Amino acid sequence: MNRYTQMNTTEYLKSERSHAWREELRKSVRAADRTKRERVAMPEQLPAIRAANHLEVNLGLGVEEAVGEAVRCLDCPDPTCISGCPVGVNIPKFIKYIEGRNFGEAARTLKETNALPAVCGRVCPQEVQCESQCFYTLKLKKTPVAIGNLERFAADYERTSGNLSIPAVAPSNGVKVAVVGSGPAGLAAAGDLAKLGYGVTVFEALHEIGGVLKYGIPEFRLPNVIVDVEIDNLRRMGVCFETNFIVGKTGAFDDLRAEGFKAFFIGSGAGLPNFMNIPGENCTGVFSSNEYLTRINLMGAGRQEYDTPVLSGKNVAVIGGGNTAMDSVRTAKRLGAHRAVIVYRRSMDEMPARREEIHHAQQEGVEFMCLHNPVAYLADEKGRVKQMQLQKMELGEPDASGRRRPVPIEGSEFPVDVDTVVVSVGVSPNPLISKAIPALKVSRWGTLTVDQETMQTSVPDIFAGGDIVRGGATVILAMGDGRKAAAGIHAYLQGR
Amino acid sequence: MNKIIRKEFLSENVFRMEIEAPRIAQSRKAGHFVIVRTGEGGERIPLTIADADTRAGTITLIVQKVGCSSAKLSKLNEGDYVQDVVGPLGNATHIEKAGTVLCAGGGVGVAPLFPIVQAFKRAGNRVVTVLAARTAGLLLYEKEMKEFSDDLILVTDDGSRGRKGLVTDGMEEVILRETVHQAVVIGPAVMMKYAAMLTRKYNIPTLASLNTIMVDGTGMCGACRCSVDGKTRFVCVDGPEFDAHQVDFDEMLRRMSAYREEEETAYRNYLIHEQ
Repeated sequence: MNRYTQMNTTEYLKSERSHAWREELRKSVRAADRTKRERVAMPEQLPAIRAANHLEVNLGLGVEEAVGEAVRCLDCPDPTCISGCPVGVNIPKFIKYIEGRNFGEAARTLKETNALPAVCGRVCPQEVQCESQCFYTLKLKKTPVAIGNLERFAADYERTSGNLSIPAVAPSNGVKVAVVGSGPAGLAAAGDLAKLGYGVTVFEALHEIGGVLKYGIPEFRLPNVIVDVEIDNLRRMGVCFETNFIVGKTGAFDDLRAEGFKAFFIGSGAGLPNFMNIPGENCTGVFSSNEYLTRINLMGAGRQEYDTPVLSGKNVAVIGGGNTAMDSVRTAKRLGAHRAVIVYRRSMDEMPARREEIHHAQQEGVEFMCLHNPVAYLADEKGRVKQMQLQKMELGEPDASGRRRPVPIEGSEFPVDVDTVVVSVGVSPNPLISKAIPALKVSRWGTLTVDQETMQTSVPDIFAGGDIVRGGATVILAMGDGRKAAAGIHAYLQGR
Repeated sequence: MNKIIRKEFLSENVFRMEIEAPRIAQSRKAGHFVIVRTGEGGERIPLTIADADTRAGTITLIVQKVGCSSAKLSKLNEGDYVQDVVGPLGNATHIEKAGTVLCAGGGVGVAPLFPIVQAFKRAGNRVVTVLAARTAGLLLYEKEMKEFSDDLILVTDDGSRGRKGLVTDGMEEVILRETVHQAVVIGPAVMMKYAAMLTRKYNIPTLASLNTIMVDGTGMCGACRCSVDGKTRFVCVDGPEFDAHQVDFDEMLRRMSAYREEEETAYRNYLIHEQ
């Protein structure tokens, strides 16, 4: 099943494309008629309604919509879209299965290389990945095939059909591998290792499996039940999960080695939220986005049957312009904020969040204060934040990231009333792992140093990927790392 | 799921639980804590490990019923299961041979102090322990502490046992009579604040173990952050012990009462529901 071990990717794709059913489908509609079609829009909940509930914003394509969109795909001889996918999904194949109304096979195709298709179909930034490399984008200068929406459709169709396919798993080779962290990197690694016949145990520090997919991304973008179904899939492939286990604390790496684990994959994420170290940042009512979102998404704050509280006021400012900031500000709105504002130090053009998230936030009534930066917070007599001091910014010369550097305008400070602030200015690597194994080589930023091809760290039986290596990226890049590391671990263990 | 092996009430609102957690029992050291969640919708609450039995594979927690979550935990009995127990978390206490170590505990802070007293004693120190409580019935761990302390001083607010006064009175008595090289204070934040003021006056290096609000306990959320020497630190991964003279206890007190209203409402609803 593993296309990387059997033949090279181009040959494999070519042989798949030459199957009779694909040729027939290609001939069934003229290319000119395919390209004439407009991209099918994703149905959404109306902004005014969704801003008051936690249900998914995007409703998913219906069968006819999906088939119609799949017809747009030209099944190119050189499918450039695949080069934009960190986990190498065979995109034309799954889309052509949708066109041929064979939705089960479409889902199976996704699962050949992607352990979490229903998740990726929802949260991947396809516009900068596969869809940016689509023939429509590159050559026709038209809106690309809605690859992400189709991925979601196939995964959802399979799930609701009640007929879930389990990827083929090689016979057990009796070798145990430990995966540290159950976020996207860990789950992707676990899936591939299980397919290769390894006995995989995933160790998770929290009480729930899923990592950032559970505690970070809100229900309105990624419902927890969707994540649970994908985790269940891995369970059925033989992956074991152990919650409440912090590798390096609950049990040492050496304990696990003694228990027979031959290799480790660390996908523990970038745990530590950054703060700006400005006066008043420790007032109550000032949160990291991790805390704010964890209280709500993982701990159920605000819901009847859950004990964990959250302070979420009527006047909420979220500092930052990434996807996590958008998740936080839209969550604040849903918890009843009258005013929910994004405060971002650069301009709209530099904002790192997905366009779709920014657009959705705007539709839901979120305000944007670009080119502003907080410099201090003031508290009331009880210690709760009541005001922030904002400074105006302007854009200077491009910095190392290529984006224009924000420069403060002296003397431009002014106060804005707030009762809740969510600081969403990035994360730093969690020191727990590097503290547990001092021999692990880390970068200047505290991220683990790995071989780019195999994801092997400086300790031979330890591999790593995701944010603990990247320092803050996306679900799909973490999954790509997990897959690469699984291949690296396989090569390492077979070479012994 | 972790089974409760033994449970007893030490006073009306304070109970002791031995919980099955073999790996934690094995790896824990003085100063470590766990995070516990009772039931599906439960909060994650940090509790310091008071003791462990590696052979039985159990850890001991001392808990005071102060709100909804601790009350729910107090309802569980021997043979019941605690939904989640994770740890050991935090950094272990730095134990060295310092000379004379003054260990002061107030309220349920006495529980986390116990393994520290043991460890300093085993490292060859002279250990003088001061235990304080509002009244005699609330004094904890007297017998256990006595076994590992060279001297044990008891203090109660109402004088019903030991000296009448506050923990700082007991501490000052020791400081005035002998040279103290190191102090450790654990208890309510306000007690630690005054204990730290006292030892600062006498220039005695002092550790305080902070019991701030936490969610994940692994550095991910920053709910537990506090100012130490003007810098923001995370109690869960940088602590829980800090130089008591550098901790901004006033800020800590404010942050700890952030959810007072919500906590009171939840507890009230819980009590109504229970009846």
